[in-house]
Amino acid sequence: MRTMSGIVKFLRRNIVAYMFLTPWLLGFFVLTFYPMIYSLGLSFTDYDFTKPDSTQWIGLGNYLKMFGSVFGQSEFTASTGEVMRVDPYYIKSLTVTFAYVFVSVPLKLIVALAMAMLMNQKLRGVQFYRAVYYIPTLLGGSVAIAVLWRKLFEKDGLVNDLLGALGFTDLPGWITNPKYALWTLILLTVWQFGSSMIIFLAGLKQIPQEYYEAASVDGANKVRQFFAITIPLLSPVILFNLIMQMIYAFQSFTQAYIIGGGSGGVLNSTLFYTLHLYIQGWTYHELGYASAMAWVLLLIIGALTAIVFRSSKRWVSYGVGE
Amino acid sequence: MKTSTVVRQHLARLIGERRQRLENNMKTSTVIRHTLTHLFIIILGVFMIYPIVWMVVSSLKPNNMIFSDPGLIPKAVTIENYITGWKGYAGTSFGTFFTNALMMCAVAIVGNLISCSMAAYAFARLKFVGRGFWFTVMMGTLMLPGHVTLVPRYILFNTFGWLGSYLPILVPKFLATDAFFVFLLVQFIRSLPLEVEEAAIIDGCGKVGVFLRIVIPLASPALVTTALFTFLWTWDDFFNHLLYLTRPEVFTVSRALRTFVGDAGAVTNWGGALAMSTLSIVPAFILFFALQKYFVQGITTTGIKG
Repeated sequence: MRTMSGIVKFLRRNIVAYMFLTPWLLGFFVLTFYPMIYSLGLSFTDYDFTKPDSTQWIGLGNYLKMFGSVFGQSEFTASTGEVMRVDPYYIKSLTVTFAYVFVSVPLKLIVALAMAMLMNQKLRGVQFYRAVYYIPTLLGGSVAIAVLWRKLFEKDGLVNDLLGALGFTDLPGWITNPKYALWTLILLTVWQFGSSMIIFLAGLKQIPQEYYEAASVDGANKVRQFFAITIPLLSPVILFNLIMQMIYAFQSFTQAYIIGGGSGGVLNSTLFYTLHLYIQGWTYHELGYASAMAWVLLLIIGALTAIVFRSSKRWVSYGVGE
Repeated sequence: MKTSTVVRQHLARLIGERRQRLENNMKTSTVIRHTLTHLFIIILGVFMIYPIVWMVVSSLKPNNMIFSDPGLIPKAVTIENYITGWKGYAGTSFGTFFTNALMMCAVAIVGNLISCSMAAYAFARLKFVGRGFWFTVMMGTLMLPGHVTLVPRYILFNTFGWLGSYLPILVPKFLATDAFFVFLLVQFIRSLPLEVEEAAIIDGCGKVGVFLRIVIPLASPALVTTALFTFLWTWDDFFNHLLYLTRPEVFTVSRALRTFVGDAGAVTNWGGALAMSTLSIVPAFILFFALQKYFVQGITTTGIKG
């Protein structure tokens, strides 16, 4: 009898818990797990949204289409016997995205940390300053700001007006010049350092003031204190910010899409990975190829996250006294 | 008076004066440092929000002056841009776009509040077989780039006949796909004192009762944060709106703003574009200043976006 009631209790407890979990579980299986497997399968086909009935298995065709140009090929024969063209812009989109991520993320974090340290003093009005500095982050991801950015960095835009007033001449159209277009997007990203700054600020407040006092009694100057106290004690927060910002940056889309007017900009200088994926999938309807691109993106992000995590054993310290 | 006493007194005074001077120096140097810091923060701050202020001001300038006048004080003020911009796209006005976006955000908030709090309660408080496993899976989806599920979702929603409607954007909200909020709520519910819930259970309250009558009210700060960020992210989202909202009648504000930018990136009605852009950031501004403390909590727990 006792075990019976125990079993009933156990069952009831689990049934109630899984009832609470049902929406999430349903979402996970229908909208995440099944689509992931499905898109992996699609990535080996030439699925076209407009003619799904003629879908064929093409093996690694989509992957060759991406990376064929690395081996100096412009076309290859797929397993169906069909001759496929290598995607001439894929590698370009990859380099643009890597350049964007590897420049904008460290810059953003450095600015965010510097500002957080500046605000981590007993200053009047810090609350207000923090709010003002967060405003670009609050609005930066919107279409509105992307439209504004286009206006700011055009040949006759605000930035050139201001630079012209300072005496500069022969100013380029920043957005229409392939040399600078990506930099306007990097600037737009760095401009939104607000949330990283707030996270750093919360981390800095956790560091006991006594450490700094003790260090200055021992004769350590500010620079030494920064590298010996601030950085090590803040390292878990830095790791968190770095990974989140990196994952996020790889998926940037809206700003490049709006600023490039729905394309990769002049000479594809702002052809972000996700933008290229969108164009392949939804302008050319090649959803099989888009799936393959998505999986490669997942692998890239996964690999980089793993590398950062592995390296973190060397530079992240948890707790004092290590 | 002995000479030694005089000397000692003199020395003591000297030392005292020196200390005073040092302290004064330090005070002055702190004041100087703080003043410089203030100055730096203010100048940089002005520089940072200048573009946004300029956008608001320029939206009130006559169209031909937007190009010629980088200053903040308009030489002439007009609401013409708001009138031409409001006309919208393909016969649908921004009135419709704003209504669409607000309604969509409202439903999205309801969906996230219900589904994420249910999942969070299970993860934070209930014991069940596979809890650790599912929690790890949930945390994994937090970092998963959405593009890897994009194509099959699109195909799926197409077979349901949902393209061109809000369902592809709203239905996932009722299925707790925004793992950030589940995580945020789990963290918050775990931090609540257990005693109240235990007392309620002793009094014969079931888990559902505990959830509805105790956990939900106590978790309201985290729920406000969830609602707030759901609004902002749904309002600002562009990619999903671009994919699924294919007819002008169902456009949201962010989807509609894109219509100001031509396919080659050229903008014909800059005044209208800036005016509607200005209007589109008003809700975020109001929420930001009304609910500031919830922002900090949301940012420090979830830490993504921007």
